[in-house]
Amino acid sequence: MIERIPELVNDDPAIVRWGRHMNETFMVEVGAQQYLLTVREGRVDPVSKGPFVMRPWRFAIRAKSECWEKFWQKVPAPGWHDLFALLRRGDVVFEGDQRILMAHLMYLKLVLAAPRRLAA
Amino acid sequence: MSARLEAITGRYAHIEIEGKTHRLYFEEAGQGIPLVCLHTAGSDGRQFRAVLNDPEITRHYRVIAFDMPWHGKSSPPEGWQAEDYRLTTGAYTRQIMAVAKALGLDRPVVMGCSIGGRIVLNLALEHAAELRALIGLQSAAFVERYYESAWLNHAEVHGGQACGAIAYGLMSPLSPDAHRWETVWHYMQGGPGVFTGDLFFYQVEGDIRERIGAIDTGVCPLYMLTGEYDYSASPKDTEAAAARIKGARVTIMKGLGHFPMSEHPDAFLGYLRPLLEEIRTKAG
Repeated sequence: MIERIPELVNDDPAIVRWGRHMNETFMVEVGAQQYLLTVREGRVDPVSKGPFVMRPWRFAIRAKSECWEKFWQKVPAPGWHDLFALLRRGDVVFEGDQRILMAHLMYLKLVLAAPRRLAA
Repeated sequence: MSARLEAITGRYAHIEIEGKTHRLYFEEAGQGIPLVCLHTAGSDGRQFRAVLNDPEITRHYRVIAFDMPWHGKSSPPEGWQAEDYRLTTGAYTRQIMAVAKALGLDRPVVMGCSIGGRIVLNLALEHAAELRALIGLQSAAFVERYYESAWLNHAEVHGGQACGAIAYGLMSPLSPDAHRWETVWHYMQGGPGVFTGDLFFYQVEGDIRERIGAIDTGVCPLYMLTGEYDYSASPKDTEAAAARIKGARVTIMKGLGHFPMSEHPDAFLGYLRPLLEEIRTKAG
């Protein structure tokens, strides 16, 4: 799912516009699997799949794979429908420079929810 | 093409609250039983646009939605530049009662959402005899901090964008896009630090858990309506509060989130109309 994010985001100007001031690399963990996403002016580079050795990132978003599965349902159930819904239930952890995450929160919510469009 | 005019009238009122004169903006429509609507933290009275525009409600109710001081088109009090805005239970309660008195409202129904849903619980404790009924939307007796609200008023984070992103997630994915993004826009227009100042009441000072058992719904009926997609004041939080209040009536609203009146007006009105009808026919 997560490797499809660049095409889903880059083909959607309504998402790209929210990230036009973002130029950062961040980590997403789906269970033990690490991914690095690099954003350039709202467009996402091809996703790098870990494991990584000493690769830099500004912030990380970590959740179990079962959580992302529920998050990526076409219509997620209550409590699984937003990044901060996961935060409230303690099912996601943010690390690193959280100012960057908060500065681009609207964009990041739309980016991370984009794989829902692939759900059956 | 000529304009389609809504039935809503907007006016400014100069009202004294706690020794300071405030220039408050309020909107109203309809005639009959006064129904005062309290918006959520960091937003304004536009959230109640559908209630104000509903002829089935305004036939029997005078619906009034005021923008709290510092919010919407209400000004902050003179000297605001020298203070931090921070809402408290006492100040919020006195503000609502001052507005009701200044506008000459006789035993109004008060309906509030989120922080408004919290404060109606305090109104039930302290002013029940002066009120006809209370409606708490997304009512919880307390919500512990689950994110750092200081980010919403930070020199290196755009406050409007961050507040909008917080509000966005609290809504149901099933609510219509146009109304969800309108709700986000209201949040993006809030003044710096105002949402954070409201959250001080919501997530720090306004813990009413120990007191709600004393609410007497025999004096003033209490209805609690909560959208199932809300993770701030979740159905579980509302049910936990209601379990301690004898006679509180709870409805969980399917497919709705934290801003039912604004994110999905049609679905919300379906829940609200019969309840207002019940209040009206019971009120002798």
